[in-house]
Amino acid sequence: MMQRLKPFLTFGLLIAVFMLSGCSDMVVLDPKGPVGEQQKDLIMYSIWFMLFILLVVYALTAFIVYKYRDRKNHKGYDPDNEGSHLLETIWWIIPIIITIALAVPTVKTIYSLEGPPEETKDQKPLVIHATSVDWKWVFTYPEQDIETVNYLHIPEDRPVLFKLTSADSMASFWVPQLGGQKYAMAGMETKLYLQADEQGTYEGRNSNFTGEGFTDHTFDVMAMSDEEFEKWASETKADAPELTKEQYDKLMLPGHVKEMTFSSTHLGFVNHADEADYAIKARERLGYEPLIPHSKAAKEKREEEKEKKQQEQEESESHGDSHAH
Amino acid sequence: MKWDEFFVTGDPLIYGADVSIVLTMAGILFYMTRYKKWKWLWTEWLTTVDHKKLGIMYIVSAVLMLFRGGVDALLMRTQLAVPEAKFLDSQHYNEIFTTHGTIMIIFMAMPFLIGIINVVVPLQIGARDVAYPYLNAVSFWTFFIGAMLFNISFVIGGSPSAGWTSYMPLASNELSPGPGQNYYLWGLQIAGIGTLLTGINFLVTILKMRAPGMTLFRMPMFTWSSLVTMVIIIFAFPILTVALALMSFDRLFGSHFFTLQGEGMDMLWANLFWLWGHPEVYIVILPAFGIFSEIISTFSKKTLFGYKAMIWSMLLIAGYSFLVWVHHFFTMGSGAAVNSVFSITTMAIGIPTGVKIFNWLFTMYRGKIQFTTPMLWSLGFIVNFVVGGVTGVMLAMAAADYQYHNTYFLVSHFHYVLIAGTVFGCFAGLIYWYPKMFGYKLNERIGKWVFWLFTIGFNVCFMPQYFLGLDGMPRRVYTYSEESGWGPLNMVSTLGGFMMGIAFLVLVYNMYYSFRFAKRETTGDAWDGRTLEWSTPSAMPPFYNFAKIPEVTGLDHFWRQKQAGKVEKLTAKDIKKIHMPSNSGVPFIMGSFFFVLGFGFVFDWMWMAILGGIGVIGTLIYRSFEYDDGYYVSVEEVLETEKISK
Ligand code: HEM
Ligand SMILES: [Cu+2]
Ligand SMILES: [Cu+2]
Repeated sequence: MMQRLKPFLTFGLLIAVFMLSGCSDMVVLDPKGPVGEQQKDLIMYSIWFMLFILLVVYALTAFIVYKYRDRKNHKGYDPDNEGSHLLETIWWIIPIIITIALAVPTVKTIYSLEGPPEETKDQKPLVIHATSVDWKWVFTYPEQDIETVNYLHIPEDRPVLFKLTSADSMASFWVPQLGGQKYAMAGMETKLYLQADEQGTYEGRNSNFTGEGFTDHTFDVMAMSDEEFEKWASETKADAPELTKEQYDKLMLPGHVKEMTFSSTHLGFVNHADEADYAIKARERLGYEPLIPHSKAAKEKREEEKEKKQQEQEESESHGDSHAH
Repeated sequence: MKWDEFFVTGDPLIYGADVSIVLTMAGILFYMTRYKKWKWLWTEWLTTVDHKKLGIMYIVSAVLMLFRGGVDALLMRTQLAVPEAKFLDSQHYNEIFTTHGTIMIIFMAMPFLIGIINVVVPLQIGARDVAYPYLNAVSFWTFFIGAMLFNISFVIGGSPSAGWTSYMPLASNELSPGPGQNYYLWGLQIAGIGTLLTGINFLVTILKMRAPGMTLFRMPMFTWSSLVTMVIIIFAFPILTVALALMSFDRLFGSHFFTLQGEGMDMLWANLFWLWGHPEVYIVILPAFGIFSEIISTFSKKTLFGYKAMIWSMLLIAGYSFLVWVHHFFTMGSGAAVNSVFSITTMAIGIPTGVKIFNWLFTMYRGKIQFTTPMLWSLGFIVNFVVGGVTGVMLAMAAADYQYHNTYFLVSHFHYVLIAGTVFGCFAGLIYWYPKMFGYKLNERIGKWVFWLFTIGFNVCFMPQYFLGLDGMPRRVYTYSEESGWGPLNMVSTLGGFMMGIAFLVLVYNMYYSFRFAKRETTGDAWDGRTLEWSTPSAMPPFYNFAKIPEVTGLDHFWRQKQAGKVEKLTAKDIKKIHMPSNSGVPFIMGSFFFVLGFGFVFDWMWMAILGGIGVIGTLIYRSFEYDDGYYVSVEEVLETEKISK
């Protein structure tokens, strides 16, 4: 019988080793800011409990199954053994204790994530509106009066308050290395505090399924020093073109766009948190008709887009890396 | 509607499917006609109201759906095996994961378990049939028609692609145009009617039709789990019905319950969906718990450890299942207090679940454990399910879930509970009760191959996904970049997936092999069982189940009788005439009208929907004027069936 259990035991051990050694490579367990840090701590704390539970259950299973397997000279058979108050009480109480041990830090962390991180809570957070449109992200810096599409610049060591909303489907704003996600929904505003403690470029994305272009619904976050950020913001304000309403309406069409920068914001035309149907109306104004995915027209459009994408790729390859920042 | 929107075209895979569907149909038509099987099919199967046959039809449909959903799964895994694969495009991938999820939960897991419940529960409680046999047939046909309607979407009109959760406004006309999403709405709506009816039917059956002496606390654990499941169904399914109806109004009649325009509220859909959806996952896990309880007790040769605690924990789980739905959207910004409450209620479900695990373990303690295939699946369940359980608790910790949510960590978790729980349970139950259904066992040696292939493949497939999730891989992406570094683990995962596919094929081969070669059972007690279903004299119970309704004196009545050497033998004077319900073709015809109705709504062809609706109502009216009270089986026929001489 031991023979049969071996795979399970080896496997369990392997997992444990794998977890402990591979941890630091995984983005969620390699946070670059206090929000992600708290979440990582909570995750690691729970993993130890879980490994302990697995160990107990596996050891007990292995022991019982081995000892009471049916064989010649089987000993200890007791068909009338059908309960034990003592044992049952034990395994009602232990899970209750574990649950409490997990619930307390969980609730603490939940509350702590509602506001800016402890270390920097007396700093004024930088406010950024993040608006999801199929399948691009529009970022608004109301104080700096600038707007970017599909990329973000943030200062390090300063809390950033994201005000999330969406122009169409429910999206989820997520930068794994900075911290957990939150939904962006049309007609409402959700708030998320994040902070970067290290300079660098972090990948962010929409992680809630929004249809055909969902996979590439991504953006980059660049964390930099305060001075660099201020410099970037004022240069952008001075150099970048203004965002016109026509241009903004075009952004409302489903599809991907490249990174863009503007010296004004869309908040003058609309705040999607107050006006849920703006994108739908803009599409109507532009004569956009949603296509049934299996119609000929939709297929032709898909082919067209594929070609366009290929062309862009070739171009960017011949021009070197177009990633300007 | 143009023709290029009606038939799905342009993809060689689809043309292949078209051809194979037509060929299969032609093959069936030819075979049935050639061997004059139509009458047999009609009288024995399509019009039957026998719970055992309906159960078998449920299970056969579920196995077919497992195949369909499994092919979907392998297509997805193939696409994800390497970075930047070009096998499926985004739209196609989205359709496939949507149909995979929906089919697996609604048309595979639930019907599989309801099929087993159909076969076993009336036998376990010593009843001749369910409370409403005719209704039982209606349930089956609405489920079957709902499933078929949903399935044809992939060749006619195009499949839904908004995920099995169908979040609004993604699933609205503006963002998901065309018939696809309507298939989801009407396939589920029609099948849902059947599920709700099953809930009522079996609730009444279990409460009212138990053999004399079988008090609630003498019911076998599988019956108990079915009872609790039916209660959940009765409370949960009306929510789904309403939610689907509201979305149908949005899509077909321009209302604005969940849309972007007109003050629609997309969060309302998420709430309604999970108010049904979370209890739904318990609808598909509790009967599996019941199955494992029966099997572990039988093959340990011991009564269940902590019988009462098992029942109370189940009732607790059922109650809790309605109090945790918000854990599916901790990230919707409901605030710290709400998230804390739902975090704790969710974690609390782990407590009774843990209690059950320990009770199963101690059922084996001081037992005499036999490693039959059903027992292997049950042991495999314990070992693998706890992984799903503990990661469930991790997900329940809201602050941490902000990082796991919508990632492969979640995908792995729910497959560890759904596969190691529900699917293992379905396989275990199928093998365990196979002799009751067909009169012979499945081959044990091949069965063990299936178990090991499947279990190892399962872990190879899903264990890496926890790590992918922690590495930031979101669920529902159709491809990923080389730089993400997710390639190797995805490849491993795909290999595991194919291993499970092979295991499924071996399982089907086992059915064929055993049909041909297995030794036929001579008694009704194939496994030295403990509960009433094993007490029938013949291997397969006759259509009336019990010639004489048994009288029960305690838990595991049949087992204790056997121990005491006091199994009652039927004699001629025990036999009285038996009342049975008549077969009816009406449920099948009603189902067909439901198909017309659903198809009409899917394509927004109101004339067709109305025609179907009239048909459905017509069959209802017809039925209400049908004064058929069933018939009596004569004493002679019973004597002959039971092989008793006067
Ligand atoms: C120990 C008990 C369990 C706990 C604590 C638990 C916890 C959770 C949590 C918190 C989530 C949401 C995670 C997220 O969206 O980020 C989830 C999702 C899910 N669970 Fe469980 N669960 C348990 C048992 C089960 C069982 C028994 C099943 C099914 C048989 C199941 C099936 C699912 C499914 C299908 C999802 C995915 C929902 C989606 O598509 O978003 N869970 N579970
Ligand atoms: Cu909202
Ligand atoms: Cu849930």
